[in-house]
Amino acid sequence: MRLRYRTLIPLIIFFILKVNGQDSKSPGIISGNIQTIGQYYQEDTIINAALPEHLYGFNGFANINYQRGDFRAGIRYESYLNTLEGYPTSFSGTGIGYRYLSWNNDNVGVTIGNFYDQFGSGMIFRSYEERQLGIDNSLDGIRLTYKPINGVYLKGMVGKQRHVFMDGLVNGNGIIRAFDSELNFNELLDSANSWKFKATLGGSFVSKFNTDNNTSFFDLPKNVGASSIRLNLRYNKIRFSGEYVHKINDPYPDNQDNRFNYIYKNGEGVLLNLGYSTKGFAIDFSAKHMDNMLWRSTNINVGPTDLLIGYLPALTKQHTYNLAATLYPYATNFYGEIAYQLDVLYKIPKKSLLGGKYGTSVALNFATAYVPERNFIDDMETSRNSYSTSLFSRSDSILLQDFNVEIKRKINKKLKLSLNYFNFIFNDDAVKVANYYKMIYAQIAVLDLTYKINRHHSLRFETQAMWTNEDKGDWLFGQVEYTFSPHWYIAVLDQYNSGNEDLKKRVHYGLISAGYINGSHRFSFQYGKQRAGVFCVGGVCRAVPASNGLTFSFTSSF
Amino acid sequence: MKKILFLFSFSLFTLLSYSQLPNINLKDVNGNTKNLSKFSNNGNPIIISFWATWCKPCKAELNTIAEQYDDWIDETGVKLIAISIDDARSSTRVEPYINAQGWEYMVLLDPNGDYKRAMNVNNVPHTFLVNGDGKIVWNHNNYSPGDEDELYEELIKISK
Repeated sequence: MRLRYRTLIPLIIFFILKVNGQDSKSPGIISGNIQTIGQYYQEDTIINAALPEHLYGFNGFANINYQRGDFRAGIRYESYLNTLEGYPTSFSGTGIGYRYLSWNNDNVGVTIGNFYDQFGSGMIFRSYEERQLGIDNSLDGIRLTYKPINGVYLKGMVGKQRHVFMDGLVNGNGIIRAFDSELNFNELLDSANSWKFKATLGGSFVSKFNTDNNTSFFDLPKNVGASSIRLNLRYNKIRFSGEYVHKINDPYPDNQDNRFNYIYKNGEGVLLNLGYSTKGFAIDFSAKHMDNMLWRSTNINVGPTDLLIGYLPALTKQHTYNLAATLYPYATNFYGEIAYQLDVLYKIPKKSLLGGKYGTSVALNFATAYVPERNFIDDMETSRNSYSTSLFSRSDSILLQDFNVEIKRKINKKLKLSLNYFNFIFNDDAVKVANYYKMIYAQIAVLDLTYKINRHHSLRFETQAMWTNEDKGDWLFGQVEYTFSPHWYIAVLDQYNSGNEDLKKRVHYGLISAGYINGSHRFSFQYGKQRAGVFCVGGVCRAVPASNGLTFSFTSSF
Repeated sequence: MKKILFLFSFSLFTLLSYSQLPNINLKDVNGNTKNLSKFSNNGNPIIISFWATWCKPCKAELNTIAEQYDDWIDETGVKLIAISIDDARSSTRVEPYINAQGWEYMVLLDPNGDYKRAMNVNNVPHTFLVNGDGKIVWNHNNYSPGDEDELYEELIKISK
């Protein structure tokens, strides 16, 4: 079976070449990329880094795409030999994990094989790839897109979800059927194209069918539907977007909390965003109500990121400074949450008193999330709705509060400065990221300086400090990076758990890394200790174990 | 099998000399659909830069180029297209950020990575220089201070 995939794609490419042989002007384009990461592990009992039996880990990905006019085809070859530590262990072996053929002109599009897609903000449907986290829920099936007239976009698809990888793609059992429509009023009405007022309306319906949910206690629905409606409005510099999603009864097992075990309550969610932005100033507000919107193509217990059909975006800023990003990161609470976020961005003009010669950027961000107010109704012997909620009605139980400020300024031609401050309240009893299971209050300060020595050489210094009385206590972080444009970089960094109550755990995590870049080829290595932490992309997180050792990575595209 | 492999590598060889932008629809921050395979800058070069609001080096690169962008346009007629790979969690941050920074680039959204995949981008920042015929002539996967000068030199080379 697998051999057939391997021969199929080159054959098709050859066939196309043959058919279109006369048209020497555009024989099509072949392009691709490769990414490989290899790790050699050492045991380190102080930081709790275990030595795996296989000593080495290796993940490799290679894509090859072919395009000729409206036709596209591609494959991805994947290797997990052995899977890197911390990556989902359900990825193993080597083989083809993704292949597709597609054809689209201005009005009609067809995709056969694997594809990724998203409706609105993705709450009821998002198939995507987040390679760093080991998430890939591409749909394997058929997708049709159709644009009957200007401004009207229709999409329909049916398929199975990629679940794990065992010497090749392994799909889940559930079947997904999804339909989306979008209406862009300004494109629809030619005369409206130049209007200051813009409007888009969208609606979708997603249904799943699965039978791997047999229990002797409950009669579970085999077909479950979810629907959504979304609206985007804009007038001049003001914009609004809103989305409402609804999912019918979809009981999941919950071994942790009986109040959520196999409940038949409908799920719902609202996501609102209102913003104003003009040159040099922006203000943006978001609000979210989400309840019981866990949405998978299976109703049995699986890994936290397995077989998800919907994506529930977290209303927090994705932090990039190490201590702020990896110690207490926030991911959307699957049970439900009421969340708000406010952003204010301002660029103090150049040559002003506060702005300095080049101007200064200030960014404020405030985010907060609460447990919804739930009225438990004691119907577990009858309808099993378990509780009732109402839109945007929150309880006093806080999940997260994150306030942060960033000030960036170019001091002179050579020196750039960035100052950051973070203030977190983190409910680890509910979020369970730090394994501390209590409230954590933490503050972080960051100083980041870039000094351009001359045209090619620059130095960057970064220091971070975190203060907290909870969990593992205070942390210090320092990094020096030297870059030689356009080819080389070398960096040394150290993290120190200066405030750990257990003196034996006041450990330095030193790391050295260096790399060579040439065009689209990038080769890098790092050696040293890495602390156990949580690695997040897009509000989805994965716990990464501590490690000590050598890492090589190579990426390239052509 | 060997024959097929041979034919495959042969076709690879004959195809590599062509380059063109993928035929995929993207939206700008106003919700308008754009297709770069049909986009023309009147025979002038295009810079395509993949970035995200959470990517520090990406923002450093685009903010540095922004200071010189007017000069680049005058000299070469270049147009910079910044493609944000921010997903649903952060894509609402794109417009406030570009306005607050005062970027004059064309900014497009790629919230599910379709364009990124089609352009074989592994990670951001990844910057492409496309000549007036729609052919990719240079690309670079990284940003460190000074890289903008190399891009500028390449830009001048193809604008003569």
